[in-house]
Amino acid sequence: MSPARTLTVTLRVLRQVRRDPRTVGLLLVVPSLLTGLVAWMFTDTDTFGDIGPAMIALFPFVVMFLVTSIATLRERRSGTLERALTLPLSKLDLLVGYLLAFSLLAVVQTAVTVAFAVWVCDLDLSGGAFGVAAVAVLNAVLGTALGLLASAFAATEFQVVQFMPAFVFPQVLLGGLFIARDRLPAVLETVGDVLPLSYGFDALDAAASGAGFTDYGTDVAAIGVWIVASIVLSAVSLRRRTP
Amino acid sequence: MLHDVSLTLPTGGVTGLLGPSGSGKSTLLRSLMGIQRGVSGTVEVLGAPAGSPTLRARIGYMMQSSGVFTDLTVADNIRYFAGLLHLPRAEIERVIDLCDLHTVRNSPVSAVSGGQANRVSLAVALLGGPDLLVLDEPTVGLDPVLRAELWSLFRSLAASGKTLLVSSHVMDEATRCDRLVLMRDGRMLTSTTPAQLLSTTGESDPEAAFLTMIAPHGDPP
Repeated sequence: MSPARTLTVTLRVLRQVRRDPRTVGLLLVVPSLLTGLVAWMFTDTDTFGDIGPAMIALFPFVVMFLVTSIATLRERRSGTLERALTLPLSKLDLLVGYLLAFSLLAVVQTAVTVAFAVWVCDLDLSGGAFGVAAVAVLNAVLGTALGLLASAFAATEFQVVQFMPAFVFPQVLLGGLFIARDRLPAVLETVGDVLPLSYGFDALDAAASGAGFTDYGTDVAAIGVWIVASIVLSAVSLRRRTP
Repeated sequence: MLHDVSLTLPTGGVTGLLGPSGSGKSTLLRSLMGIQRGVSGTVEVLGAPAGSPTLRARIGYMMQSSGVFTDLTVADNIRYFAGLLHLPRAEIERVIDLCDLHTVRNSPVSAVSGGQANRVSLAVALLGGPDLLVLDEPTVGLDPVLRAELWSLFRSLAASGKTLLVSSHVMDEATRCDRLVLMRDGRMLTSTTPAQLLSTTGESDPEAAFLTMIAPHGDPP
């Protein structure tokens, strides 16, 4: 691996994003608007206080998953990936370059979402808005890493868009948002416990309720493992030689 | 798919890889670049097995699809690939000069003409001044003026000692090459020179010579 080449990829991806202002706008605004909608839905109840942190986990994760998987698929179809792979670029340089670029966007996106949730939607994060934001960024990076992995299995835009529900919906359903995981049938509980987004939900709940980092450190570590595993799997499935 | 292709290219000059669409030209070139799956046999380029990491900075490759980012500017495209090759800024300016891209350097590739977009792809292939250039149909879809311009660039590169392997399905381009490799249906028909091709077939233009060449090997197309 070469840090200089990784950074070259990161800068190029950011240049591409910058040339598409509407995408930047959507990236920054959509998670906040959705969080706002949920807050509004539950105006007359206390529910938003409970599920607000989960929304901050969910929306940036989904948006980053989609944007990343489509961006990398586009690169594969335009031939630029093939060209880059005939040059002295390691597969990890490319993947980590993408991950860095979208992580940077995730930092900005999450900051906007958390600020919106706290100041506009009155979400009580007295437990520690900073901890919540940090975990939410990690979650968005997880979305990017899974997006990189998903795009490896898609040959067309139609396929990659369908990977969103296929990869993401089960994680939302089994993550404890609709029904607590310990009330699921045993098999589903076990599956739900190890799905990447479940760790995100747990860590954000803990951070929002004011728990110390030691209480959700294992969840954060598990998210990290999922990110690394996704990148390694993506690198393995990315082939220089193609039919 | 390719069968029984055996071919050795000398250093220097322009070798034309000619044959109709679907004859296996791109597959052969991709095999040389080490990005074709399912190659059996040996492919050696500049003394190393095709696709070796040591070759990656030494061959300029222009693929059939554009292989550049249409949403980035001309200069940003070249800057990106130059960055992957660890090349200095001066090298970016050199290939922009060489491919005459000054006027459009700050335009997104999606907004430039087809000929210019083609030259962006070529400029990227020329980065670092590689000794071997593998160009897959670089003149496809270009008008005759642009084609002539590109060929004079190819000739000047060859004159400076570079080796060029250029594929085309336009037989007229054969006359601009030093050597020719003719392909059809994934098989190599012959490796020859333009003059030899015309004299052995007794034809006056390469198109007719090619049709004559392929006749004994099967039904004429």
